[in-house]
Amino acid sequence: MPLDYAKLGLKVGLEWHQRLKTHKLFCNCPSKLKREEGKVKLERKLYLSESELGEIDPAAEFEKIRNRTFIYHVFRDVNCEVEADESPPLDLNKEALEIALTISLMLNMQPVDEIHVMRKIVIDGSNTSGFQRTALVALGTNKSIVQTTSGSVKLETLTLEEESAFIVKTTPSLAEYKLDRLGMPLIEVATASDIKTPEQAREVAEKIGMIFRSTRKVQRGLGTIRQDINVSIKGGARQEIKGVQKLELIPLILKNEVKRQLTLIKIKNELKKRMVREKDIKNNVYDVTEVFRETHSRVLKKQVEKGGVILAAMLPGFKGLLKQEIQTNKTFGYELATYAKVFGDVKGIFHTDELPGYGVTEEELKKIKKILPCKEKDAVVIVAGKREKAEKALKAVIKRVKMALNGVPSESRRPLEDGTTEFMRPLPGPSRMYPETDIPPIQINEGLIKKAKRKLPPQPEEIIGQLVKKHNLTYETAKELFIEDKDKVFEEIVEETKVDPKLVASTLLNTLKSLKRNGVDVKKIGKKELIDIFKAIREGMAAKEAIPNIIAFLAQHSDLTLNKALEKLDLVPISMEEAREIIDSIIKDNIHVLKRKREKAVKIVMGEAMKKLRGKMDGKEVYELVREAVESKLIGD
Amino acid sequence: MTLSYHGRAKVFLEEIGAEDFSVVLVKTRNNVFKGVLLPRPLTEDDKHIVLKLNNGYNIGVRIDKVEEIKLLGQKARKVISPSEIIKAEEYADVSIIGTGGTIASRVDYVTGAVYPQFSASELLSRYPEVEKIGKIKTVPLLNIFSEDMRPTYWREIAESVARELNSGVKGVVITHGTDTMHFTSAALSFMLRNLTGPVVLTGAQRSPDRGSTDAYLNFLSAVKVAAQSDLGEVVIVMHQTPSDTYCAIHRGTKVRKMHTSRRDAFLSVNSHILGIVNLKEMIMFSSYSRKAGEGEVEVNTKLEEKVALIYAYPGVDPDVIDFYVDKGYRGLVVAGTGLGHTPEYIMKSLKRALENDVTIVVTSQCLFGRVNMKVYRRGRELLKIGVIPGEDMLPEVAYVKLMFALGNYTEKSEVTGFMRRNIAGELTSSLSLRLFPPTNQIYQGV
Ligand SMILES: [Zn+2]
Repeated sequence: MPLDYAKLGLKVGLEWHQRLKTHKLFCNCPSKLKREEGKVKLERKLYLSESELGEIDPAAEFEKIRNRTFIYHVFRDVNCEVEADESPPLDLNKEALEIALTISLMLNMQPVDEIHVMRKIVIDGSNTSGFQRTALVALGTNKSIVQTTSGSVKLETLTLEEESAFIVKTTPSLAEYKLDRLGMPLIEVATASDIKTPEQAREVAEKIGMIFRSTRKVQRGLGTIRQDINVSIKGGARQEIKGVQKLELIPLILKNEVKRQLTLIKIKNELKKRMVREKDIKNNVYDVTEVFRETHSRVLKKQVEKGGVILAAMLPGFKGLLKQEIQTNKTFGYELATYAKVFGDVKGIFHTDELPGYGVTEEELKKIKKILPCKEKDAVVIVAGKREKAEKALKAVIKRVKMALNGVPSESRRPLEDGTTEFMRPLPGPSRMYPETDIPPIQINEGLIKKAKRKLPPQPEEIIGQLVKKHNLTYETAKELFIEDKDKVFEEIVEETKVDPKLVASTLLNTLKSLKRNGVDVKKIGKKELIDIFKAIREGMAAKEAIPNIIAFLAQHSDLTLNKALEKLDLVPISMEEAREIIDSIIKDNIHVLKRKREKAVKIVMGEAMKKLRGKMDGKEVYELVREAVESKLIGD
Repeated sequence: MTLSYHGRAKVFLEEIGAEDFSVVLVKTRNNVFKGVLLPRPLTEDDKHIVLKLNNGYNIGVRIDKVEEIKLLGQKARKVISPSEIIKAEEYADVSIIGTGGTIASRVDYVTGAVYPQFSASELLSRYPEVEKIGKIKTVPLLNIFSEDMRPTYWREIAESVARELNSGVKGVVITHGTDTMHFTSAALSFMLRNLTGPVVLTGAQRSPDRGSTDAYLNFLSAVKVAAQSDLGEVVIVMHQTPSDTYCAIHRGTKVRKMHTSRRDAFLSVNSHILGIVNLKEMIMFSSYSRKAGEGEVEVNTKLEEKVALIYAYPGVDPDVIDFYVDKGYRGLVVAGTGLGHTPEYIMKSLKRALENDVTIVVTSQCLFGRVNMKVYRRGRELLKIGVIPGEDMLPEVAYVKLMFALGNYTEKSEVTGFMRRNIAGELTSSLSLRLFPPTNQIYQGV
């Protein structure tokens, strides 16, 4: 049954993040990612005193508990002193600012008169300085609106900020980052929490994305675009789902989140019915290692052999709730396990809703229940590992279980491939910002705005509309060309070669992609090569069916000219007459079989004919010739 | 009540009776902003006002574009309590003498204003680990940027150090801006004799308002050296590498700030570092002076301030030397080229200076290595007219030492003798190959 989102009070706000195609924001290093690990590594700590963190900030508290070491990989060619936090920032990248202004104007947002770069405190080590530099470039006015099929959504702020470092590894005691990404310019556009359905969220994201793309100054590829989604429902709590990279996942993620919050509310109500109170949930952690001395559970045995312990805690009245599915294929027990993993760095947990099982026997469970001791309605959670870790993990589980009494805790969550999400950390309080005193304020004068206005690119819908009109493309094709930043190449090829625009479009959008999927190095085939190929097709030197073959061949033999390639591939088209002869001889050679399987004759001949004619003649034409020939040669009998 | 704006912006704001941290409502053609009016430095123009918006961002609004501005109220400002000084009678292991600089500043995150902080309780709340090292007391002596340091402040610091050590603390930490820290460490090295405990200067290259500050490791390491080492020297304790792993302990007369911004900006020149230290351990490397077992710290603050430090370079004008001589200067340190050379055309002026009883010490702008004025003719000529070779002394150290020499001796032979004698580890008899390039000190484990 579809959910009534209006009734549920679904409120969604998007923060769109897009990396720009220009050098870094506060230094002159190129915005280039590295595949390898850095040879030079720095080891750092972040020091924040209590007073700096101010009022209780759960996320900060969480990090403080972790008192972590940070390792930073430094790269000689894409990092300098600035990213290593060994030098003050240089001037703000002018080109990035111009792009930000352009996008502000395209979104009808009002640029501020003077930009003040701020330091936003980050405590997870993702920036070497302990803060992220960010600047408010433009604010929404009542004209800053994204129209969707289900209503309009207001835009609130546009900020220009530094990209964070790329996380390589994280444990409760250490986090390792690569500094290649750190400092790349990033624009964030935040909407109001006006979005009311999962589909509308996707639509808004897509529209904002297209505006960014029309500047042609944005980075492309996985990871260059990220959305943070703020979501809540009535009776639930605000969640921040951080870093959604695929637009198409947004509706699914939101649907899962709504389900999760609804189920957590249901669990809360069930606990109320069972009369479980917070004080009933004890913080006691029991050492039950002895029970498992002779266990057949491989997981538990391994931990004990490694010198670990097995600890258990009782969750009063929780029986049956841990196996409750709260997201697709993810139970409440799984939610508890993520807390155990994040806080205690353990592999996972066992709980009585899934036991006996995993080698844990009824007998062992009985013993544990006696030790704790627990009653029929209670659940037990078991954690194995080094004592300190296991204890932290179990304490985190108990803490999370207490939160279940209040329904939904506010969290930052990580999106997963399947559209579900996973706990990352408690939701941080409002971000703490103070001025970046190393950079003087930057005035946005009328001249700068006029310059941006003069160079304003057309709106995406305009570009797409023109493609449709001029080349008789479908809207979807035109949009895809634009989104993939292939519209310019497309137009140039069509202009230069005068081949059917549809053929060019499908080559650019489909052929190249499927060849790439099959391992062809399509990067070797540029605009020039494509123009040559299309010209050859126009001249009748090759059939359009041969395009994939030609591209694949040229990609592999980039030293050969197109003519040589055509020759080697034996793709020179043949005449109708020649084709008829070939088909006739196929029929002649297979006449007995064909007579026996008369109803399949066309198919058989077609298969054979294509083996010889593929790439030399249009498939449809071959089919016509085959049908004609079969009819005259066989039916006549 | 303050309003830190100037010119047109000041007039504009005064009209509505606004002051710093007022809450105001500002209407422009397209927007309405509500925010806290923040102070604007005088170095910025008078055409904008700065607002902190509710979302935490600051923006500047051009006053030309303001259609309406309304005063809504006043943001309660942080009350900064005067630094509290723990009474001298109270027992302490380490005295912390504050002179200002980055390490002693903090930020009010609401307004972004930076203000000094130096009370013991503030230091303790910032660096709670300090209690595990020892009990501290604080002596807020100066509050200046280190570029504003003057010889007279060195005297105040030296006297304060002597007073603290003589009152029975185990060691002294001096928090100091980094720019001229090595001048101060050299000055203290000559001014303080019979040290009964370590004298440790430290500072920060990244201010403590940021999570990545180096102040934490520097300060705690300095306190540790002061409380737990048997050093009887003036030292600088700062990051050894760009990582927060160890601090290096540098001899006060052999150290120099060698980078504008890095954490490991301080390097020992023509000397090994004395040791490394962090919160967990302290490893002392080579021969260092042990603290005196008995007696009082002696302090001698006599300095001749009419001493100048000049650079020899192609094109240097000999009038510069004449100027100093005519102004009655008594000493000149020349940072010479290479082994300790100066251009031929300034020889006449140097000679005139010497004839006027000005003491001249020649060091090298190479910094690394020793001057040797016997190898080439120019060097020999310089020796012949009577300059004193500065051996492997840093120009800055020679400058401070010459001030001290001239402050204490009048006889030329006494001054020369003092300059050529090793007083505080500033002269090294033998320079090991591993001292250069300086990275060898780090990667070859000293
Ligand atoms: Zn850089």
